[in-house]
Amino acid sequence: MIKRLWQSEAAYRLRQNPTTMLGLGIVCFMVLLAVLAPWIAPYPPLEKHFDHVSEPPSLRFFLGTDQFGQDIFSRVIWAARLDLFIAATAVAISLLVGGFLGALAGFWGGWFDELFMRTMDILQAFPSLILAMGIAFALGPGVFTVIVATSAVNIPGYARLMRASMLSEKQRTYALAARASGNPPWRVLLRHLVPNALTPVFVNATLHFGWAILEAAGLSFLGLGVAIPNAEWGVMINMGLQDFWQGHWWSYTFPGVFIALTVLGFNLLGDGLSDVLDPRRAHR
Amino acid sequence: MRVIRYVLRRTALLIPVLLGTLFIAFFLTRILPGNPIDRVAGPYISQEKREAMKHEARLDLPFYQQFALYLSDLLTRGDMGTSYTTAQPVTKDLIQRFPATFELVAYGMGLAVLLALPLGVISALNKDSPIDHAGRVIAVVGVSVPVFWLGLVLLYVFFLKLGWVPPPIGRLPPTMSPPPHVTGLYTLDALLAGQWETFRAALSALILPSVTLAVTAMAPLARMTRSAMVEALASEYVRAARALGLPRRVLLWDYAFRNALVPILTIFAGVFGYALGGVVLVEFVFSWPGLGQYTLNAILASDFPAIQGAILLVTTVYVVIYLLLDLAVATIDPRVEV
Repeated sequence: MIKRLWQSEAAYRLRQNPTTMLGLGIVCFMVLLAVLAPWIAPYPPLEKHFDHVSEPPSLRFFLGTDQFGQDIFSRVIWAARLDLFIAATAVAISLLVGGFLGALAGFWGGWFDELFMRTMDILQAFPSLILAMGIAFALGPGVFTVIVATSAVNIPGYARLMRASMLSEKQRTYALAARASGNPPWRVLLRHLVPNALTPVFVNATLHFGWAILEAAGLSFLGLGVAIPNAEWGVMINMGLQDFWQGHWWSYTFPGVFIALTVLGFNLLGDGLSDVLDPRRAHR
Repeated sequence: MRVIRYVLRRTALLIPVLLGTLFIAFFLTRILPGNPIDRVAGPYISQEKREAMKHEARLDLPFYQQFALYLSDLLTRGDMGTSYTTAQPVTKDLIQRFPATFELVAYGMGLAVLLALPLGVISALNKDSPIDHAGRVIAVVGVSVPVFWLGLVLLYVFFLKLGWVPPPIGRLPPTMSPPPHVTGLYTLDALLAGQWETFRAALSALILPSVTLAVTAMAPLARMTRSAMVEALASEYVRAARALGLPRRVLLWDYAFRNALVPILTIFAGVFGYALGGVVLVEFVFSWPGLGQYTLNAILASDFPAIQGAILLVTTVYVVIYLLLDLAVATIDPRVEV
C-alpha cells in the first residue's frame, strides 16, 4: 500500500518539489529521534551530573549541560518525544472536535449553526496565546494542560473550515442522490459528506502542526505548561533564560534550534501538501 | 451616511462578543477549586480576616452574582476591581502598562510592514528568480522560529557579546526618569519634551524587542503580499491596462498593488492577533513592563480581577483593530457592500 501511495500522482507532484521533500526529511528525522530516544540519548534526561554543572559543549556532553548538570543533548532528544506527542495529540483533538462540531453546524444549520458560529466568534476574539494562557491557568500546569490549551484554541479554525466545506458539499449532486435513495441523514453525513469535506481540514492540520509545537513550547516557556525540569523544549529555553546573564548560550540555543527545525519541516511539508491537494494554489 | 450606519452596526455586534470573552475569562478563573484569597493571604492570617477579605472581593457570592456586579461596576464607574498583587485599581494598572505594550507592538508591526511589503512586491516582480527563492526561505524560516528563543539569541549576540544594545531590563535605564507624561509612549513623549538623551535611550531599548516581534510577524505578511501581487499582475485588468500603454508605475501601484492590498489587510488582522500573543513572550524575555507581563504575573498569582481586566482589554484592542481593518478593506475595495 505504501508503494502505491508513493507512486500515486499526488506523491509524484510532491516529489517534484525539493523543499517539500526537505520538509518530509526533517519531519522523518525528528520522528525517528523521538521514537529512538532511549537508544540515542547517552544519558537519562533527568540525570544530574553535579560535578559538571553548566558546562559548554564537549566530547562527553555534546551540547553542554544546564545548571542542574543535565545533559542537553539527551534532553533535546527526549524532548522531541514529548513535544511531538503533545503536538500530535493537540492537532488530533482539535481536528476531531472542531471537525465534528463544524460538520454538525454545516449539515444541520438552524439554531445550532447560529449558536455555534457566535460561540466561535467569541473564541476567536481572543489572541490565541492569551486564551491558551487562560485555559492553562484554569487547569494547572502539566502535559495534559498543554494539550488541552493548544487544541482548544485551534478548534474554532478547524470548525469553521469544516462547516464551510460541509455547506458546499451538501449542495452537490451525490449528496442529493444519497438523500433521495432513502439514506437516513446521519448516514449521508458520515458516509458521504464527511469524507469528502475532510480534505481542506487535513491540509490545515499539516499546516498547523508546526504552529501547535510553537504554541505548546511557548506555554511551557512561560511556566504555564510542562513543569521544570522535565525534558521539553520550551522548559529548556526557560531554564536557559534563568541562566542568561552567565552567558551560557548553549542551554537555550540548542532546544530553540530543534523547535525551529521541526516547525520548519512541518511548514515546508504542509505547504507542499496544500499545493498538491488544492491545485488552484499551485499555479500562483 | 451608509458608512456611519455600517460602523454603528459593526460596533454594536462587538458588544455580545466582548461580553462573551469576559464571561469566558470569569469562567476560566473560577474553574479551579480553592480560593485565591487563601493563597494571597498566606498562612498567618486569621479565619475571620480571611472571610472578610473574601467578602470584600465578592468571592463568597455565587458565580452569576459576581459576574453581574462586576459588569455593573465596569459600566457605571469603569471599575474593574482591585488587584490582589499590586493593591491598585485594575483600571489604573492597565492604564499604566498599556502604553508600554502599545509602543512595542507599534514599532514591531511598523517594522514588519516596512520590511514585508517591499520584500513581497520585489519577490512578485521577480517571480522564480533567486531573489524570490531567497524571500521564500526568509519567510518560511521567519514563521518557524520561536519568538522567545529569537529574542534570547539576539540578546546574547547584540547585548552580551557586542554590547550594542542596552540590557533587557525595561523601557529606560534605571538611572533615567521617564519623560513628562503625555501619551505614555516614551519615544514620543521625549520628543515632545525635547529630551534627546531620553529619546535615544528609549529607542535603543525598543530596538531588539521590536525586531524580535517583527521577524515573526513579517513572514506571513511578505508571503501574502507576494502571492496577492503575483495574482494581480497576472490578471486581466492589469493586462488590459498594460495594453492601453499605461506607465509601469501606474500599473504597479494604482492597479496591482491596490488590489493586492485587500488580502494583505485581511491577513494583517491575523498577524496582529498573533503579535498580541507573541508580545507576552517577548515582554517576558526583555522584562518589558507591559500588559503581557502583567497578564502573566496575574495568572501566576491567581489575581482574578487583574486577569479579567487584562483579558478584557486585550480582546477589546484585538476586535477593534479587526473592525478598523474591515473598514479599511471596505474603503479600498468598492465591491465590499457597506
